[in-house]
Amino acid sequence: MAKGLDAQARQGYALIAPPFLYALLILAAPLLTILTYSFLTDGYLTVVRDFTWANYVQVWTDPIVRTVMLRSLTVSALVTLVTVLLAFPVAYYVSFMVRPEKKATWLFLITIPFWTSYLIRVFLWKVILGYNGVINSSLTGLGIIDEPLTFILYNVNSIVITLAHAYAPFAILPIFVALEKIDRSLLEAGRDLGESRAMTFWRVTLPLAMPGVLAAVLIVFIPTIGDYVTPELIGGGKIPMIANLIQVQMLALDNRPLGSALAVTAMAIVALVSIVFLLINRRFLKVRS
Amino acid sequence: MKGQGRGLQAYALLYLLFLYAPIILLPLFAFNSGTIIAFPLQGFTTDWFSQMWANATLRTALTNSLIIAVSAAILATCLGIFAARASTRFEFPGKGGMMGFILLPMVLPEIIVAMSLLVVLLGAGVQLSILTVIVGHVLICMPYAIAILTTAFSSLDKSLEEAAYDLGETRWSAFRLVTLPLVMPGIISSLLISFTISLDEFIIAFFLAGNQPTLPTYIFSQLRFPKQIPMIMALGTVLVALSIVLLALGEYFRRRGNARMGGNPTGGFL
Repeated sequence: MAKGLDAQARQGYALIAPPFLYALLILAAPLLTILTYSFLTDGYLTVVRDFTWANYVQVWTDPIVRTVMLRSLTVSALVTLVTVLLAFPVAYYVSFMVRPEKKATWLFLITIPFWTSYLIRVFLWKVILGYNGVINSSLTGLGIIDEPLTFILYNVNSIVITLAHAYAPFAILPIFVALEKIDRSLLEAGRDLGESRAMTFWRVTLPLAMPGVLAAVLIVFIPTIGDYVTPELIGGGKIPMIANLIQVQMLALDNRPLGSALAVTAMAIVALVSIVFLLINRRFLKVRS
Repeated sequence: MKGQGRGLQAYALLYLLFLYAPIILLPLFAFNSGTIIAFPLQGFTTDWFSQMWANATLRTALTNSLIIAVSAAILATCLGIFAARASTRFEFPGKGGMMGFILLPMVLPEIIVAMSLLVVLLGAGVQLSILTVIVGHVLICMPYAIAILTTAFSSLDKSLEEAAYDLGETRWSAFRLVTLPLVMPGIISSLLISFTISLDEFIIAFFLAGNQPTLPTYIFSQLRFPKQIPMIMALGTVLVALSIVLLALGEYFRRRGNARMGGNPTGGFL
């Protein structure tokens, strides 16, 4: 039996080797390289092999970096909040109200916009929200407002709206999967025991859906914090987020060590947030089992 | 219960409208004769489409994008088959960690992937070209391919392969004659999704293509010039139509695969 297991493990390793080695070479090696770079000194057009903490000191003390980092975190947190709150009722509707044979069609409809040209979608939000964009021109045309609404013009708000649109399916799908897993008889039990519908939702459905909600939070939060296109197109480069700062340091200013330190710091913050959420999630999973 | 359902349904439909708002606007502006992208619309024209058709740089960008997307889709799906087969059929120590690492690009911000890869490539003196973009795209398409293929492989009945062994087939011929045809819908679906992801991917193409244009980087460069925007809207309309067709095909094959294995037709791309 032991020999059989060995053979099985050997075959498993042989099969997983090509994709794993590819990821090792194309992902792990570059990530280790920027980790190393982040401790080295910047020279003119080269990287000097002298160990230093200076890059990290600069990342944590430079007011510009701090502003941009805080802005990225705020934007990501806002986008996550808006996306998940807006998505939950839709996931709930598809899981609880839509007939089983129609569910796949609903999910398909929800995912289609996500796969269509990201750049053009972002640009169109600029058109929708802009100075004489769709919203402002129709509202002025209808005589509801005299001056264009300024709170949606090329600022953090418009970045949040655009990103909330871009990551909507990411939030709906995990919540939907969690809701689908809920045993419907639990809800009946709650109702039979005299809970109101709202209380049943609050005390049974919501806690059981939490793993999905937390997964949605992570899936939206992590890519949005590293978004490059939206600040560039919507903010016109005037409201940079961390991705734009990394790019400027790495390429335009050719300061690879500082750019690497920025990237590593951003990843560390993302990892920290993820770990916190995974720990919260563990609590909810315990409740379930 | 009925009243609550109505409210939720109205909300869900409004939400769909929010999701589709940009896509609905796209053809409106693509066929609008006005040169400024704003309301009110001017008149009907197909000039932007013919302008797009005649654009030489755009053709180069399209050719590059197609080469990249086809190569990335094939390579990512091949690597994905290995990973999906390993994770569904075999047990070995460290499997979870290895699979987690391969799936990591799905959650890693793309700018980090692009920047770290760029630094290494520049450091190694590699000439940036569409080849380097393919290398990057395979990495980010692979997790999606694996997600689709794992579903296909896990709904496979193990006893079918064992029957083939008993009937004298070798490991490879059983895989080719029994397993492969059964997971074929999953493979096609994975190819289509990887192709779509690669065709639309901007960040990696932007940093790793050197001076070679791809469709998204070309679009990005043109968005700065107001004069070019109607043409970009026409291009966007074509791309959206194309990706809807590809996705519908992918969904069709996924459902057919599920039906063939007796699975239920729920679930999505992610």
